[in-house]
Amino acid sequence: MASTMRSKQLVLLLFVQSCFALFSSSFAHSSGSTEGYTINGRAKIPSVGTKEFFLPGKISNAKVILNGGQRVTFLRPDGYFSFHNVPAGTHLIEVAAIGYFFSPVRVDVSARNPGKIQAALTENRRGLDEFVLEPLREEQYYEIREPFSVMSIVKSPMGLMVGFMLLVVFLMPKLMENMDPEEMRRAQEEMRNQGVPSLANLLPRSS
Amino acid sequence: MAMAIRAFLMFVLFLFSTQFCFSLYEDQVGLMDWHQQYLGKVKHAVFHTQKTGRKRVLVSTEENVVASLDLRHGEIFWRQILGTNDIVDGLDIALGKYVITLSSDGSMLRAWNLPDGQMVWESSLQGSKLSKSILNVPKNLKADKDDLILVFGQGCLHAVSSIDGEVLWKKDFSGQSIEVQQITHSPHNDLIYVAGYVGSSKFYVYQINAKNGELLKDNTAALPSGTYGELLSVSSDMFVTLDDTRSKILLINLKNGEINYNDNHISDLIKDTSGQGVILPSRLPGIFALNLDSLGILIKVTNEGGLVLVEKINNAAALSDAVSISDGQHAFAFVQHEENKIHLTVKDVHNWNSDLLKERIVIDHQRGNVEKIFINNYVRTDRSNGFRALIAMEDHSLLLVQQGEIVWSREDGLASVVDVTTSDLPVEKEGVSVAKVEQNLFEWLKGHILKLKGTLMIASPGDVAAIQAMRLRSSEKSKMTRDHNGFRKLLIVLTRAGKVFALHTGDGRIVWSVLLRTLRKSEACERPIGLNIYQWQDPHHHALDENPSVFVVGRCGPSLAAPAVLSFIDAYTGRELNSLSLAHTVAQVMPLPYTDSTEQRLHLIIDVNQQAYLYPKTPEAIHILQHEFANVYWYSVDADNGIIRGHALNSRCNGEVVDEYCFDLRDLWSIVFPSESERILATMTRKSNEVVHTQAKVMTNQDVMYKYISKNLLFVANVAPKAIGEIGTATPEESWLVIYIIDTVTGRILHRMTHHGCQGPVQAVFSENWVVYHYFNLRAHRYEMSVVEVYDQSRADNKDVWKLVLGKHNLTSPFSSYSRPEVITKSQSYYFTHSVKAIEVTSTAKGITSKQLLIGTIGDQVLALDKRFLDPRRTLNPSQAEKEEGIIPLTDSLPIIAQSYITHSLKVEGLRGIVTVPAKLESTSLVFAYGVDLFFTRIAPSRTYDSLTEDFSYALLLITIVALVAAIFVTWVLSERKDLQEKWR
Repeated sequence: MASTMRSKQLVLLLFVQSCFALFSSSFAHSSGSTEGYTINGRAKIPSVGTKEFFLPGKISNAKVILNGGQRVTFLRPDGYFSFHNVPAGTHLIEVAAIGYFFSPVRVDVSARNPGKIQAALTENRRGLDEFVLEPLREEQYYEIREPFSVMSIVKSPMGLMVGFMLLVVFLMPKLMENMDPEEMRRAQEEMRNQGVPSLANLLPRSS
Repeated sequence: MAMAIRAFLMFVLFLFSTQFCFSLYEDQVGLMDWHQQYLGKVKHAVFHTQKTGRKRVLVSTEENVVASLDLRHGEIFWRQILGTNDIVDGLDIALGKYVITLSSDGSMLRAWNLPDGQMVWESSLQGSKLSKSILNVPKNLKADKDDLILVFGQGCLHAVSSIDGEVLWKKDFSGQSIEVQQITHSPHNDLIYVAGYVGSSKFYVYQINAKNGELLKDNTAALPSGTYGELLSVSSDMFVTLDDTRSKILLINLKNGEINYNDNHISDLIKDTSGQGVILPSRLPGIFALNLDSLGILIKVTNEGGLVLVEKINNAAALSDAVSISDGQHAFAFVQHEENKIHLTVKDVHNWNSDLLKERIVIDHQRGNVEKIFINNYVRTDRSNGFRALIAMEDHSLLLVQQGEIVWSREDGLASVVDVTTSDLPVEKEGVSVAKVEQNLFEWLKGHILKLKGTLMIASPGDVAAIQAMRLRSSEKSKMTRDHNGFRKLLIVLTRAGKVFALHTGDGRIVWSVLLRTLRKSEACERPIGLNIYQWQDPHHHALDENPSVFVVGRCGPSLAAPAVLSFIDAYTGRELNSLSLAHTVAQVMPLPYTDSTEQRLHLIIDVNQQAYLYPKTPEAIHILQHEFANVYWYSVDADNGIIRGHALNSRCNGEVVDEYCFDLRDLWSIVFPSESERILATMTRKSNEVVHTQAKVMTNQDVMYKYISKNLLFVANVAPKAIGEIGTATPEESWLVIYIIDTVTGRILHRMTHHGCQGPVQAVFSENWVVYHYFNLRAHRYEMSVVEVYDQSRADNKDVWKLVLGKHNLTSPFSSYSRPEVITKSQSYYFTHSVKAIEVTSTAKGITSKQLLIGTIGDQVLALDKRFLDPRRTLNPSQAEKEEGIIPLTDSLPIIAQSYITHSLKVEGLRGIVTVPAKLESTSLVFAYGVDLFFTRIAPSRTYDSLTEDFSYALLLITIVALVAAIFVTWVLSERKDLQEKWR
């Protein structure tokens, strides 16, 4: 195709991965026109279905974005993407795929040295030998409901109330026991004098 | 003991506070949020209705969406949203399994898998000059078992393999200065004709061998006169066009490679017309259509090159392309308007005497006129042909019509929201019956028992489904009345089509919609555009019997000099109360903080001639304004010249016509930025209705800082002229970003800061005394976000208690822009991973709740980020006191926690804006994000501390109470027994 034109082929990657069986040896050798270069790359999204509850980060809804929306392209079934006619300079490529967190990539397209492209992840400043973008992590958009456990009940405010009450019910008598009987009597006396309504007084006497 | 209680309380508080980010369980999706998917106005549609498999229609729209729709219900099978500059020029199906789109001025050709929308291949077609772009997928153009796709774009003709998108051959026409208009393929001899003009009167045609792109013959002919409009192909070797006076039809015939033409006066065909015609671009075999004096005229081209008038159609609205229904039989459809009905007629192209179909369909007049029609045929059980039509309306909605009925409709106008406002719902009037309460109580109990089962994880799958259904149904949330918490409101949105919709916040349904008369195309107003929507009347205290109303400001065309139009709409019913076509223009609309006795808000509309017009035009409004005459200030930004000016009202206009509602302006101040070093990129102000709870901010060392809170602050971001372009065009050395905070009353620059090596795009949000902005750092090659907080230093000495007691403080002194207080600013910058499309901040009723930033990322998600992460007081090692206050240790980048995406696993495709509205409940803020999709949710930045959450388990509470009561009785019995034993002893 268009072999008459001066073509600069910038092929950045050679990466065989296990996730996709579809790997063809003839990956996108695209031609640059007179003023631009072609950036070829590949985004690798782990195959779908490893986790059942996880929404499939389907490759079909992944987008590759150059320079914050200047151009948008999509992934081919084998995960490849390309930007054509990109001028020399330093660019930024982002991959937007629901369910995955991709680091943006700094891409240096050299003008002096046609065919040379350097790429580095901006998040961790790691250089990329081959232009394969992998998600740094999977994104979990939902809280996972904790399965029912006794601890969760105990930890809930209501559980704490019950716990506190039980504590008082069972510990207070122990504390009372440790008290000096004389002092206790005095205290009870005092209480009676003050006429503090006790629960026992309130309830109907059965005896 | 006290210590223990304190520890216990701390523990409880700790349990409550561990989770501070917004998060959602998966089964809570749809509980308080809704998400709607749209497409935009349909430009192209191709049907795919084979006998087997699902019937679908493929569409491409003005929002650059390519989608496959279910033909039965109108649901979206799949959808791909191309970039904003990637405008779709053509759509077709190749090989029966690929959807082919041509976009970006004919330079991008993509194939999408028909069943699932996965991109199969992409081909970048290079060329050297801009030209018309044409996509042509011939039915039977084969080269080695491969179907060829013909694409003309960028001045070159490409033949592309439909299997892998490889360019098989390419023919460059950019060298010859020919403007290619049409490409036709003649199936019998595998020839491609490329026809075009040089200049306007020289006709060129090239014959190309379809197999290998070999140029067989080129021909040229000088036409007798210039041409007007499109060149339409009637058959593979016949073209029609109009001459430059638009009164003659030129018919160009390529018989055996020779160009013959003849011209016919339109007036010869149609008597007593003098108007000028326009050829309609419908592709019909042997026929073309002309629009003349709002008449649709169909003209048949005979084999001998004659023209025969076939039919005149009155009130013609739209004409479809032809579909082939059987061998050599072609049908096409046209639509006529009649009041609120449309007449759909399908005719055979070659047999004019009978109609294949004639239907009358009642269409809501709020949908406007029919703009486009696409037809498709199917074979009925009695082997006759049936037709279905896809109709794109003036309000951008999409209808499928079959057997005289609307099978489905889509409100795709909502894909292009321009502006949003809200309105309260009516107050509930009628009482509630006792029976209903009992019923509700029973339902309520049942629901809570189910919920408890869910919490305890003992619910059966059936129960789980019932819980989910019950939650989603929750009849409360979609009621048409005001609720106590202020969650139920009407979102009133203005769309690009000039239609206003009211959406219910509970479930997102359309309550009413109105196509504004002022924003419809008319003779006075050729290309109206809607600009903004504002609240006009919002009765709270007075005039309570009146409904609230909103008004829409529009303009009669894209230029600033076009006259303005106004429409007033009742917010409850959607009735257009009043509409005005104004004599003046509109550059800026300024809602004033004053209302008249009927609670109509005063607005000033400022035109391009620097005159302000007051609305409503009542003497009372004039009176109010005169009272506040000296307090009205505003500013204007002239980004092209780098000037910001401050204005105030001066006096009545002294024109020839006395208009007492018109005022002249005077310039108060101006700031001129040096154009060789700075260009204005973005400006941002505070929202005028924002509520601030407290001016003071207590620091950890018991110090008090006073926020500099002024409504008249403006944030301006300027960049170096070389860095005005996109990322990748400037080097760090030649780019810088300068930000200013300016007082718009006095023009005083409160703060100026330069970020070296940074550039736009800048997104900013201004709230209270702080501004947060997002920009690109070229040195680190990462995005950054910075925060600037402004504090009032003149009030800083009010810390002394004695001064406060003795009244020697200046806290009660009026806050004025003229009293040049000393301000200090604090700022800090952080990295942020993603590109940002929009930033907004939550707003609550009283401003007490802490704030969250809502960041619309490039991935079309909305992230809620606590303002605490953007606090200039963050340090690497906060002290214990600072930690207690909630200061987070400084990190170089802002965290992106997946659970704090308020859009959870959804995307608001094509996100353009985020709107926040306070609910009545202080903790809660309503969020509406719009783009091609719409998304609504409500968020509580500091959790719902003032109400119980939806999933609060009342049943667990009941059980606890019961357990407590039981425990009381048990302990009582035990104590009684012990008492008795004591007594026996």
